[in-house]
Amino acid sequence: MNTRRSGLAPRTFMLLLMVYLLLPLLATGLYAFAENWQNTLLPEAWTFGWFGEMFKDIRFLEALWTSLYLCLITVVLSLAVMLPSVFVITVYFPRWESFMKGIVVLPYAVPGVVAAVGLIRAYSSGPLNISGTAYLLVGAYFVVILPYMYQGIRNSLLSVSAVELLNAAELLGARRRSAFVNVILPNIWPGVIVSALLSFSVLFGEFVLTNMLVGGHIQTIQVYLYRRVGESGHLASTIAISYFVFILLLSALLMRLGTLGKR
Amino acid sequence: MKQRQRGVILALLPFVLMVLAFQVVPLLSMLTGSFRREDGTGFTLGNYLHAVQSAYYMQAIKNSLLISVASSVIGIVAGLLCAYCITRFTPAVRDRLLMLSNMTSNFAGVPLAFAYIILLGNNGVFTLLFKQWGWSVFSDFNLYSWSGLILVYVYFQIPLALLLLYPAFYGIREQWKEAAALLGAGSWQFWRTVGLPVLSPAIFGTLGILFANAMGAYATAYALVGGNYNLLAVRIGSLVAGDVVTQPQMGSTLAVLLALSTLLAVYLNQRMVRLTEGFTSKPPRKRAWRREASAGIRAAALEEAGQ
Repeated sequence: MNTRRSGLAPRTFMLLLMVYLLLPLLATGLYAFAENWQNTLLPEAWTFGWFGEMFKDIRFLEALWTSLYLCLITVVLSLAVMLPSVFVITVYFPRWESFMKGIVVLPYAVPGVVAAVGLIRAYSSGPLNISGTAYLLVGAYFVVILPYMYQGIRNSLLSVSAVELLNAAELLGARRRSAFVNVILPNIWPGVIVSALLSFSVLFGEFVLTNMLVGGHIQTIQVYLYRRVGESGHLASTIAISYFVFILLLSALLMRLGTLGKR
Repeated sequence: MKQRQRGVILALLPFVLMVLAFQVVPLLSMLTGSFRREDGTGFTLGNYLHAVQSAYYMQAIKNSLLISVASSVIGIVAGLLCAYCITRFTPAVRDRLLMLSNMTSNFAGVPLAFAYIILLGNNGVFTLLFKQWGWSVFSDFNLYSWSGLILVYVYFQIPLALLLLYPAFYGIREQWKEAAALLGAGSWQFWRTVGLPVLSPAIFGTLGILFANAMGAYATAYALVGGNYNLLAVRIGSLVAGDVVTQPQMGSTLAVLLALSTLLAVYLNQRMVRLTEGFTSKPPRKRAWRREASAGIRAAALEEAGQ
């Protein structure tokens, strides 16, 4: 197996793929630093000015803040709801697991635009008129990250053999709740943090639901970016590239945590 | 014992409520909405009839189907080639290549559409450059049309295909190739008679995911062409949350049709994954989280979900 060498064809194909995949990124990156870029292969002059302008723009900072806190609230809410329920299902009702899994996988099969139609119809009139509010968005976000949260928490529970741990704790006289809080939670925490961060980065890139449900009222970073595209190319590419770097840092952190947690 | 049960049920209650409120009720509401008249009352099949008879909506459906099929097929062919190529590299290089391609899958939706506008839009860097150099080959290219959309869709399909396909290549043992070679089969014959048939469930399953992914893609198309290109997802968006007159019942009808197609595709994937498990072994699961973290977030989770 080790004797095989990568021939010319595989190298060429991979090179082509990398060029195709990295070119748009590279161009956006260059554009964000370019003072003047016309008619030449590379920009004629460079500047940090667009970044300065980005941070001076109060609407950008507001959108960033809105994104951060909406994602954070959703992830915390999801943790509060999912931790006990996944625990209960895994430990007490393993027979319901396939049912739960079915519910949890559904958001994959239902595209955002379809989910938005249902949400708008269900909540734009009648007793619960919360259309255009953050409540509706947080609820929709909750469903989006269901699969990641469920899978992450369940995997951590299984990898620490939660049932045996719990039995041991109860045998030693711990109450069920305190066994959960003091024994199970600390053990699954690394895995749970990873899925929380994963969910966070998924939500940070969400556009469809946000734009359709609250686009007119609440601006997240994605909606803001969409609005700015028409105005200034340089500024928009600055925002796009900052967003990308932020997500990259987040996944680097995730990777580190993921490998730490597995040790 | 009664008390115990009650506590356990209580822990499940918030989850049940959230799922009911934000998943089940909206889906049901959409379903019932698709059978309501324009004024929101009564029961009718009229919306579906209207959707089928309207040339406009049929064109949206046709465009969406075409673009999804085309981008999935291109994606799967490129993904297969790349997945095969990636197995030819040393593990260190392979990991780096996978990481790079997964990294780019974070670059989707609005930022991606935007990057292409910078590159190839009306005043894009390359557009101007090619004009300057007098390369007329590219003067027919229009980013805001069918070919542009395909280019952008393929961009997010290939990394997904790669990530979903390359584990399947590990099911193909080196010994099989040796055995085939001993029996006199050439490399091409081996792939045609052994390799591809073994891979086929994975290929069809991935095709399902890619198709669903393209059918449901809204952000990229919306940011790129707005309402100017007639796609199902974009049409639904404008029917429900449009600036002009909204027609929620019609939007629901089209949304049901879209959901049916993606549900079917994902169902196909689930079936195929089960088939694949029979005879392929996945690479060690140890680093599953790492792979997920390194950004093919959606793909990795899909892979998880399929199991």
